[in-house]
Amino acid sequence: MRLEYFQMIDKVIELDLDARTLRTANTVPTESPIFEGHFPGHPLLPGVLLFEIMAQSCGMLLLRLHNYDRMAFLASVDKGKLRTFVTPGQVIEVFARMEHDGSGFARLKAEGRVEGKLVCNADITLKTMPFPAPELRGYLLSTAERICMPMGDGPTPDGTERPGKLTHV
Amino acid sequence: MSTTFETVANIIAETCDIPRENITPESHAIDDLGIDSLDFLDIAFAIDKAFGIKLPLEQWTQEVNEGKATTEQYFVLKNLCARIDELIAAKTA
Repeated sequence: MRLEYFQMIDKVIELDLDARTLRTANTVPTESPIFEGHFPGHPLLPGVLLFEIMAQSCGMLLLRLHNYDRMAFLASVDKGKLRTFVTPGQVIEVFARMEHDGSGFARLKAEGRVEGKLVCNADITLKTMPFPAPELRGYLLSTAERICMPMGDGPTPDGTERPGKLTHV
Repeated sequence: MSTTFETVANIIAETCDIPRENITPESHAIDDLGIDSLDFLDIAFAIDKAFGIKLPLEQWTQEVNEGKATTEQYFVLKNLCARIDELIAAKTA
């Protein structure tokens, strides 16, 4: 996680295209200027960044489902809950699930856990549109590579090949 | 069984906190009810789920922006409900 660059996702753990879910692992850095102010003597990952981690996980799932032909922008966060403190060095595992892929928007559910304990959850609405700049698509593709997003075809859960689909990694 | 309009009106009332009695088939979602594009995403989500369809919002927006259609064709509620009925019919055909 590089907070100053808004690179919130470290690694994709699991992608299931049939279930339209994504699981990511994200380690809070032990040091960051953010912790100097938030808060002195009691460093906490800001709650808005927990929402950002969930939103980015949802966005990366949506982009992958659309084969990176559209960009996703955060439109709204509903039923957002910040359930406990998240501190430097902790690993947040985020589970994102596509609930509805609409026309020009998508609604997803996301939750974050630390050592199995629920720390945050929200309903995320993303607005989707063609990439406004080609370099943005390039950046997202390089991000997908950095976080080890599976890009090829894979086997079904029962092990049989299924062209054009990808499940677990 | 609820009519399409009743279902849509209830969705709008709940989603946008608009008194149900203010919502009529002649209401324009944007001009009369003051629904903005972000709130309309919530409405579209609820309509998609309620009817098992996918409102083609992007296509409608493009048509309006290109002058090929008016907002009244899609956002006056009786017209919106007619579009929904067409989508339901197309799904079951």
